[in-house]
Amino acid sequence: MHPEPRTAWERVQLARNPARPKTLDYIDGLIERWVELHGDRAHGDDKALVTGVGSFGGRSVVVLGHQRGSDTRENLARNFGMPRPEAYRKAVRMMEVAEKFVLPVICFVDTPGADPGMQSEERGQAVAIAGSLYALANLPVPVVVVVIGEGGSGGALAISTGDRILMMENSVYSVASPEASATILWHDATKAPEAAEKMKITPPDLLEFGIVDRIVAEPPDGAHADAETAIRSVGTCIQTTLEELDAFYRTDRSYDRDRLLTARAEKYRRIGAWHEDRPQLTEVYSDVAEA
Amino acid sequence: MKDWFRRHHPPSFQAVGENNREIPDDLWTKCPGCGELLYQRELEVNDWVCTRCAHHFRLRAPQRLAQLTDDGSFEEHEAYLRPADPLQFVSATESYREKLEQARKKSKLSEAMVVGTARLNGCPLVIAVTDFRFMGGSMGAVYGEKLVRAVDLARERRLPVLTVSASGGARMHEGMFSLMQMAKTTAAFAQLGRERLPHISLLSDPCTGGVTASYATNADVIVAEPGALIGFAGPRVIEQTTRQKLPQGFQTAEFCLQHGMVDMVTPRRELRPVIGNLMQLLCGSVPVAS
Repeated sequence: MHPEPRTAWERVQLARNPARPKTLDYIDGLIERWVELHGDRAHGDDKALVTGVGSFGGRSVVVLGHQRGSDTRENLARNFGMPRPEAYRKAVRMMEVAEKFVLPVICFVDTPGADPGMQSEERGQAVAIAGSLYALANLPVPVVVVVIGEGGSGGALAISTGDRILMMENSVYSVASPEASATILWHDATKAPEAAEKMKITPPDLLEFGIVDRIVAEPPDGAHADAETAIRSVGTCIQTTLEELDAFYRTDRSYDRDRLLTARAEKYRRIGAWHEDRPQLTEVYSDVAEA
Repeated sequence: MKDWFRRHHPPSFQAVGENNREIPDDLWTKCPGCGELLYQRELEVNDWVCTRCAHHFRLRAPQRLAQLTDDGSFEEHEAYLRPADPLQFVSATESYREKLEQARKKSKLSEAMVVGTARLNGCPLVIAVTDFRFMGGSMGAVYGEKLVRAVDLARERRLPVLTVSASGGARMHEGMFSLMQMAKTTAAFAQLGRERLPHISLLSDPCTGGVTASYATNADVIVAEPGALIGFAGPRVIEQTTRQKLPQGFQTAEFCLQHGMVDMVTPRRELRPVIGNLMQLLCGSVPVAS
């Protein structure tokens, strides 16, 4: 753990550090007997989102994760970790496998956002993301999510609505990237550092809001400086979380579907802030409305 | 106040009336589709569809409710929910609170989402309508909470749900709380689905971002109004990112139909019979309230 809490912008930069461990590094370090599975069975295989099966802590699991490249060539092949609709349809296919064989799902989140290109629109990017969210809402096995780098908007959310969300100390999770937020709010992308602060996108902010459940400490200089330790910490935290979910929901040969899905819906239902003041004087209020 | 609105709660909006026109005080309205000057009374009678080019004007929530529900049947719920300001958000020019106040004045609504129960061709249902005039129909915590409570009500009373969306997506000013409304609403509609109650989604102009990418397309049937812009990324974002000019008709309702993303494109005039019929058919073998 870093001695001084880092600013939001410092965390954004660490989250985007090209040397930071990525999904395949975590898979390499934590998942045994890993088999990557490809394709959505309809259009193609999206390399921005890696899926497969393997063994974690002695049990079979399904793993989903955004994958960025470590250099320009790989980034082009992986579309900079921005999934196209096929990616989410592949994810849904893997969720069906998870349900059928009662396998917990581990999701690694690291994307600037879903691909905003023309072809992605033609193939139904919005419907694909919605489909992934819906499948997760109905998936009767434990789902543990780890935000390992950048959690960018709907493209991240689509594989993030699990039972527990863990966030690495130097990861961020936002409704829009700091650059996009700055453009929308101030028409000036150079104000990204300011937007990063204001939008409250760091793990402590989101823990306080009840949006994430746990923060995974990183080595003092960040995960890229000591990848092995970072990966091990994530593994320990996933293990603890899975055991906790087992204790709550595990039945003889499966999981308690109703309780698991209800608890997951309740988890998201609680998120939000609003005023709920039933006005006593209807007349007074309607005067205001008609003024 | 017209009588289609039954006041059980203090309303979150002003009913359709003399002071609540899309373009106030004008006898004539210019059609954005064909440029024709249209007589306002004639437009109103024609459900705000251009008599010359069939351009569908955007409807305010009260207008939409009047158009889709049986006279006097709408009963608003959750009208007393008001947005909070969890991020204490201030942009360069104004605070979120000021922005909300402006939106309230401009739209005469307390939020972008209006929910309640109503009848459509005699059939009871829960209806949830977005008003684009309130901060671009953006989805924040109150939008999500109202919608989820509407779904709860539908489950409790065994009613089908009709959502009518027109939204730019998640509301920036509430940050991650807004993004999480996608998860929250989807989870609620998944519960509705597990209980075999139908959700019909009507997409109207415009519908992008987090609303299109969550509950609005997680429906048993997706109906779109002609010409409506429907997509994930907005056209400007796509053009900026790809540096390509978008072709004519890209992301329209008709484009979405052609690419298999919506079930049907239905002119406004036919929405009531079409949706009413669908509701009855989908509820066919499942006991729902009547």
